[in-house]
Amino acid sequence: MPRGNKKLPEVSSGSMADIAFLLLIFFLVTTTIANDKGILLRLPPPPDPLQEQLDIKIPDRNIFTILANSKDQLLVEGEPFEGSMDDLKDDVKKFILNFGKPTPDGIEIYNSLPAKMKAFVNANGRNPESSDDPTSLKSIVSFKSARGTSYDLYVGILDAMNAAYNEVYSSRVGITTDEWLSLDRSNSMQKEMYNRGRSGIPRAISIAEPD
Amino acid sequence: MPKFKKNSKTSEDIPTAALPDIIFMLLFFFMVTTVMRETDIMVNQKIPRATQLTKIERKSLVSYIYVGEPKNVSLYGSEPKIQINDVFITEEDIIGFVNTEKDKLDEVERDQITMSMKVDVDVKMGIISDVQQELRKANALKILYSTIKRVAEK
Repeated sequence: MPRGNKKLPEVSSGSMADIAFLLLIFFLVTTTIANDKGILLRLPPPPDPLQEQLDIKIPDRNIFTILANSKDQLLVEGEPFEGSMDDLKDDVKKFILNFGKPTPDGIEIYNSLPAKMKAFVNANGRNPESSDDPTSLKSIVSFKSARGTSYDLYVGILDAMNAAYNEVYSSRVGITTDEWLSLDRSNSMQKEMYNRGRSGIPRAISIAEPD
Repeated sequence: MPKFKKNSKTSEDIPTAALPDIIFMLLFFFMVTTVMRETDIMVNQKIPRATQLTKIERKSLVSYIYVGEPKNVSLYGSEPKIQINDVFITEEDIIGFVNTEKDKLDEVERDQITMSMKVDVDVKMGIISDVQQELRKANALKILYSTIKRVAEK
């Protein structure tokens, strides 16, 4: 049977754009771009009643205390603090990198620091009244808030403490803090960098329960 | 003096044949990025800003806790409340909530559960601390204080 009509049947696609637009507008309206970012914190495990509380004596000079009261006033190292969160961050950083009386491990860490950080230590640190070295239990940043402290201030201080540590870590491996924060730990090279930045200097942030 | 004559023969139409393709591209972008909101948030949520943010790697491990002043003050009062899924709960219910969330995960991942705290800036620390004590009891120790990126002023 011969086919005389050779024309292909066509679906008119003129309104395709309109349909796509409609869908587009629907998704535009319903979309909420997920912002799952924030400050990560690990809580201590619940107290074990069977285990005896270990009483570890840590000298005062190795603890950097930040207290906040319910009027959002700060007491840093026993003195009222009026400065900005940036100043607080700098104070914490100086405390971590004080190297007042370094242990052998601390000396090793000091020797591994880049020259710029050694200069920072020698210019700002070496205070015998401040932390011994940044190794475990030798420098602890402690923060205690009151029940009436605002969440805003709490997050601000948490942020400042983390910023201080991240600055130390990032300058150890010679990158900026932003680059440090965007290190992708699934990439082996970046993970190595991450571990190198953190090795020997634990993020010793202690957050006390408010009373 | 040379004369410039407008060449009136060129068509001035912008070809629109590629328009549907462009729209489709946009459409797919939004379809992929969209997250349908399952819960109706009934508390005020003005999220604080911070600079040192960590990104969550595994979204399936995250559960959300919303804390803030209820939007409907006449019905629920103006004291900050804790919202989970679609309901207000008290501190005592948190352990139960964490356990149901943990049951949804694989056994090996249960310790990895992350509680994302979406807390309004006007909330005081008291209620947050109570929530944290309950989370410790429930053994959900990873907490993420949800914050928005603040661009550091230099």
